[in-house]
Amino acid sequence: MALSISLSVNGQPRDVELDDPRVTLLDLLRERLVLAGTKKGCDRGQCGACTVLVDGRRINSCLVLAASLDGAEVTTIEGLAQGETLHPVQAAFIAHDGFQCGYCTPGQIMSAVGLIAEGHAGDDPERIRELMSGNICRCAAYKGITEAVLEAQQTLAGADSSRRDAA
Amino acid sequence: MNRFDYIQPASVAEAIAAVSEPGSVYLGAGTNLLDLMKIGVSRPQRVVDITRLPGLDRIDWLPDGGVRIGALVRNSDLAYDERFAKTFPVVAEALLSGASAQLRNAATVGGNLMQRTRCAYFQDLGSACNRRVPGSGCDALGGQSRLHAVLGWSEHCIATHPSDFCVPLVALDAMVEVEGPRGTREIALDSLHALPGSTPEQETTLAAGELIVALRLPAEVASFADNARYLKLRERTSYAFAVVSAAAALEMEGDTIRAARIALGGVAAKPWRAREAEASLAGAKPTAEAFAGAAELALAEARPSGANAFKIELARRIVARALNFALAGTPQEMPALPASPFSTNPGAYHVA
Ligand SMILES: Cc1cc2nc3c(=O)[nH]c(=O)nc-3n(C[C@H](O)[C@H](O)[C@H](O)COP(=O)(O)OP(=O)(O)OC[C@H]3O[C@@H](n4cnc5c(N)ncnc54)[C@H](O)[C@@H]3O)c2cc1C
Ligand code: SF4
Ligand code: FES
Ligand code: FES
Repeated sequence: MALSISLSVNGQPRDVELDDPRVTLLDLLRERLVLAGTKKGCDRGQCGACTVLVDGRRINSCLVLAASLDGAEVTTIEGLAQGETLHPVQAAFIAHDGFQCGYCTPGQIMSAVGLIAEGHAGDDPERIRELMSGNICRCAAYKGITEAVLEAQQTLAGADSSRRDAA
Repeated sequence: MNRFDYIQPASVAEAIAAVSEPGSVYLGAGTNLLDLMKIGVSRPQRVVDITRLPGLDRIDWLPDGGVRIGALVRNSDLAYDERFAKTFPVVAEALLSGASAQLRNAATVGGNLMQRTRCAYFQDLGSACNRRVPGSGCDALGGQSRLHAVLGWSEHCIATHPSDFCVPLVALDAMVEVEGPRGTREIALDSLHALPGSTPEQETTLAAGELIVALRLPAEVASFADNARYLKLRERTSYAFAVVSAAAALEMEGDTIRAARIALGGVAAKPWRAREAEASLAGAKPTAEAFAGAAELALAEARPSGANAFKIELARRIVARALNFALAGTPQEMPALPASPFSTNPGAYHVA
């Protein structure tokens, strides 16, 4: 059965014909839209490598059917940087060595962007660790990840208040 | 994953009609169903996506102070709803101790209630499992049964229900509103999940085609808001199912317990309400002996179903400790590690 859905992916409208409803959002992104930045680790919700934002919320793209997302706005790791300028979370991961092999990193970064938008962690590293626990890092770069999230959150809060001041 | 037809009905009536076709299932966020479809445990012919049904994603406060939660409200939206978390803090704490932030952002209230057991043999098509294939046997019996049930199990199935959310809900008399081919009805959450007996394949008491549309908590149980905690022991700090968990809630009058609520998770095929233990505390002083006595009563009928005798003593200790936490008072702010035994002291980090 053919299903057609329209999505916005990283700000670009995409019309997708699905010949099969079994396609997950993760497979749609990687296999059909050639956005391979989002990683497949476990494919079962257990690692967080596939984390993307759907309508601004972080979710596991491996556990959602693409067919159910008609009209959704999807943001992946490819959609964060503005041209050559990295998103503050990306920059902070580099500054704090928030990775080693890098396989979990797109998921970690998207999860961190979601966490900061949710606004429940404050500047408490314990809360950040807890709210990032859905992202497993086999290389155990957790210390750098926590520091990166803390710093990126500050940078983004600063950017927010300077925008307010300018307005 | 097998091939299936995908349907997105526009109304509850359409959804119920669509699911009446044999081999049909409801799809919430899919965080449990899709997982089980990938490993071949669920092989539906037709998937009825209920996520676009109108009106089921609301939290409504009732005139008497109770709350009605639509079946499509996402776990995180409920946990972070300010009024909800203030009125029923033990439920918010249990929600935030489950799964991960990503999964909670997706998971629906109805799907959480209806999630299937995490028994590894249930998930392994090469193993015998009465729940998956009635009459095939149970490889968990005599197998890796450390995490299996110690209450309410039978020789046919020793699985547990994995939900954290359901544990405080059953303690607080939650009601489930259901719509089906024969109209609407409501059932106590306590009667939603079935004990295995000789028919473990009957996991719940929902009839074919019945859809959970909402969950209600009564106004009266808001009286426990000041002294209510969820405590969940996991094999790692976070992002893990409970080995054993307990919800404990006290209504205090001076230094006397007026009423108590206690339920356990990870010990049976349903969230386990401990009514005798609750009754033993009504009118009692909140002493260590009283709490130990209540814990003893809560596990009075427990027996190991395999290599899990340790869970019985562990559950007693978790009950007593949850009661102590409840007595100390609901924290003003959600603990950094919700429901964790590692974050008893505000400000104390489990990682130095
Ligand atoms: C890695 C991982 C870790 C997890 N850890 C925890 C944990 O620590 N604690 C915990 O409690 N949970 C945990 N979970 C489970 C999670 O809470 C459930 O997967 C989730 O709540 C299911 O909700 P859903 O909307 O995705 O349901 P779905 O997957 O869509 O549905 C689940 C089942 O419910 C049925 N269903 C859905 N909605 C309705 C309805 N309205 N009426 C009738 N039937 C319905 C479906 O047919 C299906 O059988 C974890 C899950 C994963 C993948
Ligand atoms: S315990 Fe229950 S779910 Fe697990 S294998 Fe036995 S019958 Fe199946
Ligand atoms: S690939 Fe989705 S959580 Fe592991
Ligand atoms: S950097 Fe290697 S898995 Fe995280």
